[in-house]
Order: sequence, then structure tokens, then C-alpha cells
Amino acid sequence: MKIHEYQAKDILRKYGVPVPEGEMATTLEEADKAAKTLFGKGNVAVVVKAQIHAGGRGKGGGVKVTKTIEDADAAAKAILGMQLVTHQTGPSGQKVQRLLIEAGSAIARELYLGLVLDRASAKIVFMASQAGGMEIEQVAHDTPELIYKETIEPAIGFQPFQARKLAFKLGLAPKQINPAVSFMMGLYKAFVENDCSLMEINPFITTKDGDLLALDCKINFDDNAMFRHKDLKELRDLAEEDPLEVEASKFNLNYIKLDGSIACMVNGAGLAMATMDIIHYAGGSAANFLDVGGGANQEQIENAFGILLSDPHVKAIFINIFGGILRVDVLASAVVAAAKKLNVKLPIILRLEGTNVEEGRKILKESGLKFEVGATMKEAADLAVAAAKGGK
Amino acid sequence: MSVLVDKNTRLIVQGITGREGTFHAKGCAEYGTKVVGGVTPGKGGTIHEGWPVFNTVEEAVSATGANATVIFVPPPFAADGILEAAAAGIPLIVCITEGIPTLDMVKVWEIVKRLPVRLVGPNCPGVISPGKAKVGIMPGRIHKEGSVGIVSKSGTLTYEAVYQLTTRDIGQSTAIGIGGDPIIGSTHIDALKLLNADPETEAIIMIGEIGGSAEEAAAEYIKANVKKPVVGFIAGQTAPPGRRMGHAGAIISGGEGTAASKMAAMSAAGIHVVKSPAEMGEMMAKVLGKA
Repeated sequence: MKIHEYQAKDILRKYGVPVPEGEMATTLEEADKAAKTLFGKGNVAVVVKAQIHAGGRGKGGGVKVTKTIEDADAAAKAILGMQLVTHQTGPSGQKVQRLLIEAGSAIARELYLGLVLDRASAKIVFMASQAGGMEIEQVAHDTPELIYKETIEPAIGFQPFQARKLAFKLGLAPKQINPAVSFMMGLYKAFVENDCSLMEINPFITTKDGDLLALDCKINFDDNAMFRHKDLKELRDLAEEDPLEVEASKFNLNYIKLDGSIACMVNGAGLAMATMDIIHYAGGSAANFLDVGGGANQEQIENAFGILLSDPHVKAIFINIFGGILRVDVLASAVVAAAKKLNVKLPIILRLEGTNVEEGRKILKESGLKFEVGATMKEAADLAVAAAKGGK
Repeated sequence: MSVLVDKNTRLIVQGITGREGTFHAKGCAEYGTKVVGGVTPGKGGTIHEGWPVFNTVEEAVSATGANATVIFVPPPFAADGILEAAAAGIPLIVCITEGIPTLDMVKVWEIVKRLPVRLVGPNCPGVISPGKAKVGIMPGRIHKEGSVGIVSKSGTLTYEAVYQLTTRDIGQSTAIGIGGDPIIGSTHIDALKLLNADPETEAIIMIGEIGGSAEEAAAEYIKANVKKPVVGFIAGQTAPPGRRMGHAGAIISGGEGTAASKMAAMSAAGIHVVKSPAEMGEMMAKVLGKA
């Protein structure tokens, strides 16, 4: 789960990590009020920042530094409601519905701090780099030696000496070392207590006065751990997500919208990905990734059907099921029931195999509905691609 | 021969009184696995579907002589279930549960990796040695006893590979589903070591998916150590970066974990990489001279 920068900074504040003073605004009035407050406190600059769940906002014109209230209002007017296009949003961009109005900072140095899981060692790694304000992936690729890493021992957690090492490697001044250590310890605490899967402070800045600040903050949470963080669930902004994906998530379906014409309903994430691949090799393209999961019941499969049918680009539906936990007969009954209930006009191509497959095939046959059944995955993919191309 | 599970496997089921636990305990037993009991805290002393239920794994082990456990405990408690099994010294721990928080697994793995036990999973279909024993949720009937070993991050893709082999009259020695989470007990390399050392396994199918770099590491291992022919497939060749494709571990991030990188590493290691999941069986048949 992703959250906005302003929400991430609220979390950092709770852990004593210094962030610039600021307020979230959803209207121009709120933006104006927040900017006036900040200028009124003597800030020489106020930054207006678009809040969307994508990086590269600055380059896309979603961040403006202003020196007067008039400029701040104008920036808010320009950014709020704009369709912000960055390298992470795709060409259509993301509509800006929230702003962060923040005190400007006199930046001396732009650094980077990050926490991430290292899968190979199965441990959390704390990363730091002097190459702040840049795409860290690019830095890691081009100049990996500029990224310093400290692996965190799960039994004892991040230790002050590790933070000190990173702080010295960042070339911080002697009087900045202790504040940097508590800064980093705070980040680590926030990371583990909130079950984060990623935390990035980019840039982590030193100001001309020598202070340390998290100028930007990106936090992703581990979806698997959200059951124990009811409060964090509240931070989810549905407006930032694809409406069909939001709908699917209500039913605990693993659905990701793609831009092809063949809708897929598959059980198992691996097979669902492989189904997209085989559609590609058969000359078509998948409209979505959908894993109906191992324990999906009839109602859930009907819901899945509803979501697939809500995508106007879909020309054919490819159901590829290999029954392990999910019994094939359960799926077949659900497909029949849903197809009848929703009066599906699109061609449905199925490939079924696994537990109770004979019963499943019998149910399809006796349904009176026209299903195309492929004997193998390849045959079914070919049928689906042909059906999608033949469709209107 | 086979690896991990066989006729000597004595299996307990953690979470045996739950819906999935019950269904698959029966499934394993029907396949011929010696299911000797189960664990559900608070239900010790009762009999469930003919099996004795114990309050703790330790009790279950001492009463039944279990040497393997399969875990169906819900995600909030599954990490604890793994630790309990490991503390009880069960040599083979198979965790089916999907959805265990990553930070729970960071702690669990730190402990479990030091103990003389083997963890398979979590978020996996389990292990099957066709004709001998099944410890997991795979549909047993599609398997056939034979000499191809399989290691896979994905459950349903493992079934797919098995099915493609069986329909070509090629049997399997052991199929190991290692799971699709970012942190798993047994990796591709661990499974490859076992299959490579197994005299009955003549060839191996290795199935991976986007995310992480375990497949690249496995390719290096194969290049240096495995003389048996290996057929490989990577799922997610058309997956968009930055999106978690169902499995918690299946995400391309920061340019790492792409299918292209894995397939290139595998090809360079001499693995017969197929682009389409429909070609795994066909390629193996070719490799074995049975096409």
C-alpha cells in the first residue's frame, strides 16, 4: 500500500524525525490559509507540492517554490486539479487532488536515506548516499559505490554504531552526527513499527543553518501486515488507484488493470502472469492480471466476473484454471451462474485442469451456455486471441 | 528415490481442524501419505476425522513420531507456527499459508536458518514425490512417478509443468514448490542441490517469476554444479514494473527482478529456457530424447 508524502511526514513526526512544517490542502482556500500561516511565521519561501502516488513530481511541474502569498496562490491554482504526468504515472497522468503547502528550506546538501528489504539476505538494509535528489535506482545502476549499506540484524535491530557509520560516510559535520543518528534511529523505528516495505528520504537535506530535514518522504506498507494496522489502512487514498482495482480489492481479489483486450481469470499468481505471457506469444494482449486465489468461493468468482466485464476494452474472456485448493467444479458452477446472471455476450474461453475437473467440465457442458474449451493452455490462448480479434 | 518426502514421511497438520487443513489433510492421506495427527491449540485430546489432535507441536511429535509438518495456520499466527515446528525439531516444515507479514518472516528466518530443520515456503503448494507421498495442496492425480525433478516459485505453474510431463508419459521424482514470498525458507538453489544429488532425478524443470534475483543466483549455481539437463521458465515476461503481481515477491523494482534478466542468466548457464509456459513439457521431452 502506498501513501502520500504528507501522510508519510506525519508518521515521521510521530517518531521525532524532523520534517518541514506544512499542511495538506484539498481546496485553494485551504492552500491560501496554509501559505499565509507559513509566511506569517517568517518563512521566506513556501513550497506547493502536488500529492500523488508517483515520483518525478518536480520534473512534471507538480512542485513550485514561491516567495509571496500571491505566487503561492497562483501555484496552488496551477497544480490543484492538473493532470500531472511523470515517468511513473503513464502518459495520461494522475489528477492532483491534494496539495502539501510546506515551509521552504535553505538547502545546503541533498543526501539520500532509504530502508528496504534485501531479499537475498532476508534482512532489512539501511542505505545512505551523498547522491540525494536523484533517482536512486539510477545511482545504484551507474555508481553503486556511492550507496552505503548497513545490514540490520533482525534479533537486535538497527544499532547506533551503524547509524554513525552512515552519518560519517555521508560526510556530515561533527555536530550533525548525533542528530543524524537519532534521525536514522527514528526512521528505523517507524519502519518496523508500521510494517513498511519501503521507506525513502530523498532528499535528506542539511540546511544552511546545519539542521537535518526529511524534505521528501516515500513510504510503502507491507499489504500482508495491514491486518494489524487498522489506523494505517485509513491512509489509503482510493482516488489514486484504478477504480476497477479498488473494486477488486473490496473482494480481496488480486487484480491489476492492463491495457489489452483479453480479460484473464486465473488461479495462482504464477499462472496468472504466465497466462499474460502466453496471450502475448499467441499474438494478443491481456486486459488484466487477475488471481482469483486458492480459496475463492462462488460469490467471489462472480465478483471477479463483474470486474472483468466492467472494462470496456475487453473483447474476450480467458479463464485459465489449474485447480489445487480451488476446486474446478466450484469454479465451473460460478462461471455458469455468473455468465447467466450477467448475461455475458463476450466469448468465454476456458482451460480447466486439476481437482474435480471432470465434474467441472460436466457443469460447463450441461449449462446450455456456449463456452469454448481449449484442451491445452496454448490452444486456449489461441482461441482467446482469435475470439478477441474477431470481436467488435 | 526422491527428495524431502517419501514412504517414510510421517506428517502432522498444523491447523488440522480448519477448513483448508481438514480438506488437505484428507487429500494428503488419500494420496498415500502417512498423516499421523494434527495440531490445533485448545483442541488437544480430541479426534478430528480420525486423527488425534494435539495442543502443541512438541506433544504431537512425541506422541506420533512425526518427521514432517504442513502448516495451514492463518497469516497472523503462521510465523509463530513455523517457529513452534522448528523448536520441536521437525526436520521438514512446509508452510502453505499465504500472507505472512514480511517482517515476521525476517525474524523467523533468522532463527529457523540456524536450526537443523528445513523450511519449504511459506506461500507455497508444498512437496510431492509421486507414488510415494504428498505434503501439500497439489492435485495428486496429475502426477506420475518418474525422474524429472521440479522446483518452482508458483503452485499452479508447477501443476502445469507436471501435467505437461505426465501427458507425455514423463514422470516426476519430486516437485518442490518453494513459494512466491520475498522471504522463503528453501530457495531455488536449496531445491536444486537436493535434486542434483538425487540419483533418480535425471533432469530438472526450474520455474521462476519476476522479482528478486534468486533465479540469477540459481543459474550461477547450475552453471557451476549441475550436470543434469535443466529446462527453465520465468513468469511475468509481460508484467509492468512496480506492480506486485499477486505474489508478495513478484515485483520488478528499481530495475531488478525482470524476466529478461533472469532468462538471460539462465540461458547463459546452459538452461533450456522456454518463453511460453505451454512449452515446458515439450522442451523436457526433447531434452530427454522422448519428443
